[in-house]
Amino acid sequence: MKYELVAGFETHVELATNTKIFCSCTTEFGGEPNTHCCPICIGLPGTLPKLNKKVVEYAIRAGLATNCEIAEISKMDRKNYCYPDLPKAYQISQYDKPLCEHGYIQLSNGRKIRILRIHIEEDAGKLVHRRGDTLVDYNRGGVPLIEIVTEPDFRSVDEAKEYVEKLQLIMRYIGVSDCRMQEGSMRCDVNISVRPEGSEKLGTRTEIKNMNSITFIAKAMEYEYGRQVDLIESGEKVVQETLRYDDVTNTTSSMRGKEDANDYRYFRDPDLVTINVPREKVEQIKEELPELPEEKKNRYIDELGLPEADASLLTKYRKIAEYYEKASEGTKNPKTAANFIIGQIFRSVETESEKEEFNVSVSAENLNELIILLDSGKIRMNLAKSTLDKMLETGKKASELIDESDMGGLDENTLLDLCKQAVENNPKAVSDYLGGKEKAVKAMVGFVMKNSRGKADAALAEQKIIDMIKNT
Amino acid sequence: MNESKIAQLHKGLVNKEFSCMELTEKYIEAINKDNEALNAYVTVTPETAVETARKVDEKIAGGKEIGLLEGIPMTLKDNISTNGIRTTCCSKILEDYTPIYDATVWDILKKQNAILLGKTNMDEFAMGSSCENSYFGGAKNPHDLGHVAGGSSCGVASAVGGNIAVYGLGSDTGGSIRQPASFCGIVGMKPTYGAVSRFGLIAYASSLDQIGPITTSVEDTAIVFDAIAQYDKMDSTSQGRKGAPVCDSLKNDIKGMKIGIAKEYFEGIRDDVRKSVEDAIKVYQTLGAEIVYFDLPSLKYALPVYYIIACAEASSNLGRYDGIRYGYKAVDYKDVNDMVKKTRSTGFGEEVKRRILLGTYVLSSGYYDAYYKKAQNLRGKIVQDFRNVFESCDVILAPTVPMTAFENGHAVSDPVETYQTDICTVPVNICGLPAVSVPCGFDSDGLPIGMQLIGNSFEEARILNAAWQYENAADKYKAAGFGVKY
Repeated sequence: MKYELVAGFETHVELATNTKIFCSCTTEFGGEPNTHCCPICIGLPGTLPKLNKKVVEYAIRAGLATNCEIAEISKMDRKNYCYPDLPKAYQISQYDKPLCEHGYIQLSNGRKIRILRIHIEEDAGKLVHRRGDTLVDYNRGGVPLIEIVTEPDFRSVDEAKEYVEKLQLIMRYIGVSDCRMQEGSMRCDVNISVRPEGSEKLGTRTEIKNMNSITFIAKAMEYEYGRQVDLIESGEKVVQETLRYDDVTNTTSSMRGKEDANDYRYFRDPDLVTINVPREKVEQIKEELPELPEEKKNRYIDELGLPEADASLLTKYRKIAEYYEKASEGTKNPKTAANFIIGQIFRSVETESEKEEFNVSVSAENLNELIILLDSGKIRMNLAKSTLDKMLETGKKASELIDESDMGGLDENTLLDLCKQAVENNPKAVSDYLGGKEKAVKAMVGFVMKNSRGKADAALAEQKIIDMIKNT
Repeated sequence: MNESKIAQLHKGLVNKEFSCMELTEKYIEAINKDNEALNAYVTVTPETAVETARKVDEKIAGGKEIGLLEGIPMTLKDNISTNGIRTTCCSKILEDYTPIYDATVWDILKKQNAILLGKTNMDEFAMGSSCENSYFGGAKNPHDLGHVAGGSSCGVASAVGGNIAVYGLGSDTGGSIRQPASFCGIVGMKPTYGAVSRFGLIAYASSLDQIGPITTSVEDTAIVFDAIAQYDKMDSTSQGRKGAPVCDSLKNDIKGMKIGIAKEYFEGIRDDVRKSVEDAIKVYQTLGAEIVYFDLPSLKYALPVYYIIACAEASSNLGRYDGIRYGYKAVDYKDVNDMVKKTRSTGFGEEVKRRILLGTYVLSSGYYDAYYKKAQNLRGKIVQDFRNVFESCDVILAPTVPMTAFENGHAVSDPVETYQTDICTVPVNICGLPAVSVPCGFDSDGLPIGMQLIGNSFEEARILNAAWQYENAADKYKAAGFGVKY
């Protein structure tokens, strides 16, 4: 029998606000343990939370970018559980009135992954195990998070991978998070079940917690799918439980069963007032939202005529797209900037974070200047390419690297002069040509190009040389 | 007539009848003499008191003007956070806890050079009506040491009633300011929820807690309230005082003021208490007030609603005391769970544990709807009923407590019976309304009786005006003499 995979995602995304959700401590990653803390975020007795407005704004942005409805009235609730990394013994989260609901993300196969809800909450601290001791670092405590919950709409691992990539891309684009999975600013829990193909009924699900790489998510899902299918095939039952994925052994193991599930005793946090989101505010945030990656990519293909592969590469990171748009501004052909970026500039960025930052030695303005020079005919393509390499090396502007004398086309006399020299200095090529080897003319054109330092129009030079040979 | 002690002392300081140092030392001496019997203070801070007194004296000597509360010796309930001064909530679990920041109310008063004499006794985490839930033992009633000072702000009431502090700040979640004020024959006000910042008040039940003054006169309550009722950006529920300072209208005529009486407030009230409050109604009639009678049928739900909501919030608020970051930690444990369990089992007293268990229960899945949700719905109904009443009257007059101060040891025996004595005080906390308790007589044993004036939201000015007029007219209350006198 064939089995269908059914999965849903709960994704935690750390918001890139400067300060924490309920106090003014920095949200910066790292830092000496317990230095990004204050009485409020370590929950000292008597302290009260104060909701950071930026957090609400960022969450609304995330909601709008994923086609959600934004609640006019929302509230914060307490999720009570006892763990050393949670200094108040409750997490301030949202239970039954999340800020955003009923959105979706569309995949390339046309399927829509429905988003059930997006809510805001605070992150917990971190336990550090050292030489048999367990220490707690509360720097991360109170860092704002959004939790994005999907319906169980995934039917394959590839869909899941695409979803996570898309989500990451969208969140980065709208500037609400850097979504660095390795730093934990984006973490996924996956609910998985399997069912006989064609069946409508959902199988018993398990939940794999806290995965921080797309590769691991894919591997864990594949493993868990196989494990569940094997169980069913051998007549056993899938047990509803929470699992952890071990990337070394590539297996999942049980963290806790259904009967150990916490009773979180949710109730409204009496320390915080109702969150009112005026419609005008939502409209304003919507207007300020940048063009989303999907729209941008389509525009690059449809309006700028870029090949799909190039459009994908250029829109994968917001900074690269911004760079491309600046570099191609006012140029004749949108493909020129794309080719320079993909062909040459991309060589200088390797890692994800380098691509994300896109801090390259050639500024978009300088690349733009180079392309304008090329467009105006003042320099030729091969000179432009070699100049760009020099620009990447030195960080200098094209106009600083190209001699005045190199600029501008060759005047006709100089060109004729060079052609004449080429013919005179290459008697063998001349005789070869006259003997029927038409290709021999290329050597003479090469001479002209070399001695004009790339400035000559190769096609014109070829014509002149042929004329000269024929007329002598 | 009961004059403002704060105004008198202020005049004395300004006129150089005595120095701030002399005044402060008098109170420190009085504490040394009387605190052993009263057990009002759990921590005394003579060094900071003297240091501040010196500053105030320099200011006066330099010819500078001083504020009304400047140089006046006072105290804070031990659940109000004081930077560098231990704040225990009178619990073993916080016995050695010293805050690293100031509560907003203390920050305000500190900047006005208030003289903090020390931190005062309370029922553990403000849960109780007799002070007998204090880890440090109960505070005694200055009128009769064989009786309790009430609860939970028993230490403030005992100290102010016994004149070992001029005034103090307590907190009132279900009557914890008004009940001990009533038991000790002094004035105590629970302001409107949101009028005074809760930042730094160690939470019992966040939607009910409110800090307020305990003083010997209505005017002093007005003075202190005007000082502390400020909007605070650190407390999302804070709004500050609305309207003019309450002192401005304190002595206004109350002719035509509509005073409401609900019979439900008089059910199950001891005869002598009822009679005293009825006498007060007559005083108001002679002052030209109009007496309006009405029904408040939802009042009977107030007590269960209060205990469900307060315990639910407490169960969450007190979850943080786990021995990991601060406070008491159990010694013998196997692992972290065992440590938390043992710390909480041995660090909290019986009443606190009872309320945590109750609160955990009413919030648990399967019981939430039957208890917590129902209580929230009923809370809405009670709020609506009070709103309706205030359409036809200006203030409500009611007894503060159905009886006078309990004998020592009496309250501990039956917790439910003790909970029932909160019947008159909890409704205003449920509704967030302001109420002030003022003395209105004595029982046959010489123990004070109190009555409360309840107002609509942010109408502290009105209830204090009514309270001042009564105090001024009645002239039948005289503070029994304890401790130093000025």
